[in-house]
Amino acid sequence: MDLLISLVINGLATGMLIFLLAAGLTLIFGLMDVLNFAHGGLFVWGAYTGVFTYAYTESFLIGIVVAILTGILFGFIMEKLIITPVYGNHVQQILITLGFMLVLQEMIKVAFGPNAIPVSVPTYLAGSWEIGEVIVIKYRVFIIIVGFIIFGIFHYILTRTKIGLIVRAGVMNKEMVQALGINIKRVFLFVFMTGASLAALGGMLMAPYSGSIYAEMGMEFAILGFIVVVIGGMGSFSGSLLAAILVGLAGSFMAYYVPFLSLAVNMILMAIVLIFRPQGLFSMIRREST
Amino acid sequence: MQNLLKLHNIHTHIGQYHILQGIDFEAKEGEVSVLLGRNGAGKTTTLKTIMGLTPASNGSVHFFNQDITKKATYDIANLGIGYVPEDQGIFGQLTVEENLKVAIRKETPEVMEKLEYILELFPDLKKFWKKAGGNLSGGQKQMLAMARAFVNDSKLLLIDEPSKGLAPIVIEKVMEAIVEMKKQSTIVLVEQNFLMASNIGDTYTLIDDGRTVHRGAMSDLIQNEELKQKYLGIG
Ligand SMILES: Nc1ncnc2c1ncn2[C@@H]1O[C@H](COP(=O)(O)OP(=O)(O)O)[C@@H](O)[C@H]1O
Ligand SMILES: [Mg+2]
Repeated sequence: MDLLISLVINGLATGMLIFLLAAGLTLIFGLMDVLNFAHGGLFVWGAYTGVFTYAYTESFLIGIVVAILTGILFGFIMEKLIITPVYGNHVQQILITLGFMLVLQEMIKVAFGPNAIPVSVPTYLAGSWEIGEVIVIKYRVFIIIVGFIIFGIFHYILTRTKIGLIVRAGVMNKEMVQALGINIKRVFLFVFMTGASLAALGGMLMAPYSGSIYAEMGMEFAILGFIVVVIGGMGSFSGSLLAAILVGLAGSFMAYYVPFLSLAVNMILMAIVLIFRPQGLFSMIRREST
Repeated sequence: MQNLLKLHNIHTHIGQYHILQGIDFEAKEGEVSVLLGRNGAGKTTTLKTIMGLTPASNGSVHFFNQDITKKATYDIANLGIGYVPEDQGIFGQLTVEENLKVAIRKETPEVMEKLEYILELFPDLKKFWKKAGGNLSGGQKQMLAMARAFVNDSKLLLIDEPSKGLAPIVIEKVMEAIVEMKKQSTIVLVEQNFLMASNIGDTYTLIDDGRTVHRGAMSDLIQNEELKQKYLGIG
């Protein structure tokens, strides 16, 4: 029982971190049909700027704020410089964003050095609770709570505000949104910057969780993000949360019970979903006709 | 009456295809101007070109004497042109209410009053206010699409084949609604159903193979068996 609970908590925490990355990816793809392979670069830049601020100011919270600001800034620059010129062309998008991903990764090494950097959990989030037999690591619970809060906030925005309605409508039918007088490019920039800030936040939260940060972590996590987007349904925000939790839990359980399969499990999950529900579990992109 | 909309020698390419090859068209204020022509003639593309969705590669579109040929779609819409696409473009997972909310630019007292009036015109929309757009019947979707285009202060409505796939009794309702909307907006109507087109149209423009081939008063076309036979396959 105690093992089960630890595995679930572990899986949920990992799932939340993947969710923060996948949330932006799925909306960016759903809304603007853009494949952004540089999204992981925002994750790693969030982690580095956040961690260095954290080390310098000794405030984890300020680190988080700086990570988010980095995401917003990089998101703005990326959308304007890298994404805008390649709207509507998937091949160019893949090439230019993959290239930019590598640039971001190498820039990390230039700016912060090539070695992995150890990160510790802030004291007030360190340690664990013992509940009977079960040991619950505080920081993991913290990640899970933050993940749900972020989901709640964005779920509210997407379902209850005008801008959220526009984003959802845009995922379903971009042409029509524009024909109703909405400048979808501006909406997209907003979504892109928001998605970027979530990825950067994910990177920063990941740092104390894994204990160290390194330049390649962005690429590694971005792959999980893409798997989650495919499983959850491209363009579906709620789908990305559920799929991320699924992937997190599967990884956590497999790593314990069938370690040699733990790397393959996500691919297997994705293959199963693609075979039985190629549009993903919660696809938003469905053409409506008469 | 003055020309509200004027297309002059419009050419439009989609990819490498030269779809429109010389469209001339005018819509006078307060009238219903009908675009006619067989399937694939270029009617839908003409409306999309006006909206800037498939921008013209040559020629000009003027609205209120302003050149809108090169304007972005959202700018064109904001000038007061409402668009009801052929597939209606309903946001299937949004409710009727949300579909209208996306369309409403500013909740001014005038617009909210107009919304009230629209819901009287289309009582089904009020009835299914919280229903997902994708779950409406074909006729209700058409009503919602028209309401969405009409709800702002739309000087001009572009309506693409509103009768398509609808039962005769529903077509009747759609027609009545268009006649009602005509009191407030100028209307450009694409319509294959000649009975409907001839009933509510003031003028016609015949398109064939991406070109304007005939224009005139609807009453003249109704008499002209030869033209109807040649371009519409009826008569
Ligand atoms: N996206 C597209 N790509 C290629 N050809 C198209 C496209 N859209 C329309 N066409 C072609 O343009 C012509 C005019 O189409 P359309 O404007 O839809 O005609 P209508 O509305 O009069 O039936 C048709 O021959 C159609 O096949
Ligand atoms: Mg058509």
